[in-house]
Amino acid sequence: MSHLLEIDSLSVTFGGLHALKDLNFHVDEGEIVGVIGPNGAGKTTFFNMISGMVTPTSGDIRFEGESLVGLDPNQVTQRGIARTFQNVRLFANMTIVENVMVSQHCRTKQGVWGALLNTGKFRSEEQEIRQHAEKVLGFFGSRLVGYRLEQPASVLSYANRRRLEIARAMATKPKLILLDEPVAGMNPKESAELTDLIGKLRSEWGFTIVLIEHDMNVVRDVSDRVVCLDHGETLAQGSFEEVSNNPDVIEAYLGRPLEKT
Amino acid sequence: MTSTIEETASAPADVTRGAFDLEWGDLIKTGAILGLGLVFMSLAGMPTGLDGRLLIDPFLSLGYVSLLWLPLIVGWSVANEKVLEGMVATRKSARDVVAGLVVGAIGGAGLSLLIVLIGAFDIRDPLVNWNEKTQAFLSFQRGTGFGVIACIVVSALLAGFGASLHLMPRRVRRAIVSALLAVISVAVFESFLVDVADPLSFLYTKTGGLLPLWAAVVAALALAMTLSGGGERIGQARTNFQELTGPAKTRQNTILIVVSGLALIIIPMITGKITQELLANVGIFLLLALGLNIVVGLAGILDLGYVAFFAVGGYTTAVLTSTNRGPDWPEWFPTLPWWGAFLVTLLMAGLVGLFIGAPVIRMRGDYLAIVTLGFGEIIRILFLSDWLSGYFNGAQGITNIPPADFGIFEVKGTDPRSVFYLVLFFAVISIYVSWRLERSRLGRAWMAVREDESVAEAMGINTVNVKLMAFVVGAVLASFAGAIFSAKVGSIFPTSFLILVSIIILVIVIVGGMGNIVGVIVGSIVLVGVLGGPKQPGLLQEFSEYKLLIYGALLIWMMLQRPEGLVPNARRSRELHQDEFLQDAWLKGKVDDADENGNGADSGTVAPGLAGGAS
Ligand SMILES: Nc1ncnc2c1ncn2[C@@H]1O[C@H](COP(=O)(O)OP(=O)(O)O)[C@@H](O)[C@H]1O
Ligand SMILES: [Mg+2]
Repeated sequence: MSHLLEIDSLSVTFGGLHALKDLNFHVDEGEIVGVIGPNGAGKTTFFNMISGMVTPTSGDIRFEGESLVGLDPNQVTQRGIARTFQNVRLFANMTIVENVMVSQHCRTKQGVWGALLNTGKFRSEEQEIRQHAEKVLGFFGSRLVGYRLEQPASVLSYANRRRLEIARAMATKPKLILLDEPVAGMNPKESAELTDLIGKLRSEWGFTIVLIEHDMNVVRDVSDRVVCLDHGETLAQGSFEEVSNNPDVIEAYLGRPLEKT
Repeated sequence: MTSTIEETASAPADVTRGAFDLEWGDLIKTGAILGLGLVFMSLAGMPTGLDGRLLIDPFLSLGYVSLLWLPLIVGWSVANEKVLEGMVATRKSARDVVAGLVVGAIGGAGLSLLIVLIGAFDIRDPLVNWNEKTQAFLSFQRGTGFGVIACIVVSALLAGFGASLHLMPRRVRRAIVSALLAVISVAVFESFLVDVADPLSFLYTKTGGLLPLWAAVVAALALAMTLSGGGERIGQARTNFQELTGPAKTRQNTILIVVSGLALIIIPMITGKITQELLANVGIFLLLALGLNIVVGLAGILDLGYVAFFAVGGYTTAVLTSTNRGPDWPEWFPTLPWWGAFLVTLLMAGLVGLFIGAPVIRMRGDYLAIVTLGFGEIIRILFLSDWLSGYFNGAQGITNIPPADFGIFEVKGTDPRSVFYLVLFFAVISIYVSWRLERSRLGRAWMAVREDESVAEAMGINTVNVKLMAFVVGAVLASFAGAIFSAKVGSIFPTSFLILVSIIILVIVIVGGMGNIVGVIVGSIVLVGVLGGPKQPGLLQEFSEYKLLIYGALLIWMMLQRPEGLVPNARRSRELHQDEFLQDAWLKGKVDDADENGNGADSGTVAPGLAGGAS
């Protein structure tokens, strides 16, 4: 059986810098895969390439057997890959519910005429968009619903912004979600809770997940497999235990053994 | 969102300071700026140019008013003190009056210097207004010696008066200001008022200007009304209205819309031609501004060549209806009635929108702005060119455009009322279109693109399509205005579609309030109605020569003081005042800062009293 996502000797260079070198990697449906590595290893660049924001210099990315290389980001999202951003990038002046509603754009189709004539189809689609948005936001408990729905995203706390980023990705109705450091900046209690939710994203919503994360507790708790990058090179792939005991990986983290508590 | 702490007691430190314990450095600087401003205005020729227009016969001419408001305002504002970013406190003591007097005197000295220098040197060559006329004007026609003293004294007194306004009780201050404004408006808007209601002409002299007796009556009326609390009652009603929510608000809004709709239908029936013409012009620019508002305000595409679509609309209608179009059109090319041509015009504008938009829309920011500027000119130059003069008559333009005939009534330039009704009809359509689209899937996508284009793209929005759609909708709305303009004027020339038109439409949108329909309406009324369009006179006809100067000054002032526009869009003002907005939200307890307190798991629970806080 072919994999959901296949990365085939993928490389990219920025000027002279090899941000990613000959990466081979795959993700199967229903997996949660962790991507780790020191800062500047090329993890975010890897996501940027999958989501179409950066064009690879060589290599191929296949999703459900079809190549994604050369597609625009919106086409990639249309195919079923959603992402979050490491440096939270919400639509700060749109309300929370609007942030999530607008992310359903590629799954809906009413245009100018529907809006102008206020057709039945237009109204029912608007209602569905709104309901789906509230359902997605409800995933995070009471934090993003109720009176919050109509507040601008800019008033949210840092942790809630991260949650809203995930909600926005979920709303695009993807098969695969790419999470870029979802718990960065959260306290231990919050990150434990989010780790739980990431598990539920798979078990309840059926998403396949690739996760970049520095917090090794999170990576250990949710990942089926882990890949470690450093300076664009793939240091190790395998289970969390295998990767975290790999001497190259330990070396890359400045000789420090990974925290295992 | 600038908060003003009015009526606060002076800070304790101030009490011990004497009347002459001033920040002399600041005062001299402000005075010098005032002086420069006064000299600039005098040399720009506005005061002498407007001296012939009497406001109060025979005491006060518009020329003096156009100069002397400056010291008054500067005097008022030297007494303002910035205590915190966004917070202004008003000091109130004799010191401020002294400060006002000083600043005014320094400013006036600038004019005195000008009087003397005009006598001593002759640099009339670059400065056309460097002449005896200006000198005499500034000397109040009484010789240079008198003038030198008078300028200083008058300016000092005015600035001192401006500063002393702070010392008066609020109500008295308001009464004085409203009396001043009332007299000046009644005097300035003479021709308009007489046009609206002919009987009012008893207020004025035959040669123009308010009779002194009636000026006093108007001032007394305004004073009495404000002193009896009229202003406060209006303010109270407004607050009440703004605080309504839910169905009550909807009902109020409906009433407001119905009433203003009826007013718009009835007003042109009772007023004279000048007002009708004015309303028609405001309407045409409103149509353009509504279209541009979709492009710039909603989708965030800075289109500086928007006039292109106005031109395409105008020319398409002209070519399809006129008997005097270029000679090269083939035999079979039809001549249609206006409404037939109108439908073709819409189609044409949409196509040109697509055609120009397709290459341009992939660019971002500054690049896009410059390229659209270029396309705006290209379209005009095509209509002007020899190459196409067989079709569009080049600089001669297309004349003999017949009126728009609707059977029951005809829309033609000599009957501005009919033009106004046609414009009103299309304005209602444009407003409806803007209003529906803003609240639709497409409108949300535009907002997202405006906020962050790459993220919008990553969230699955085809940004090229969505932006192109904004461009096309904008183009079609502009062509409404073009089609009506053709029928109204009866002839069109390439010079009707200068870049200036694009700029003015953009200024309307910016000054009114980007992304806000009411703002755009207010912007059109203020700019085109009061100041006048690129070629159309406004209420302040006297100022038409200095229109661009005033536009520029207004734009700069708005950018500094109120970048969100006169009637801001809630979202846009949040963008511009992010910090202040967060401060406000924080003060009201609306900010979600629970996580920073370490109890993140509870951050979603609603604190008592917060639940109703959403707005
Ligand atoms: N668009 C770009 N242009 C040039 N260099 C880039 C670009 N994006 C990333 N890089 C470089 O590529 C390297 C990998 O960056 P990144 O993928 O963000 O690392 P991380 O693993 O911390 O997410 C860094 O050295 C970064 O400076
Ligand atoms: Mg990164």
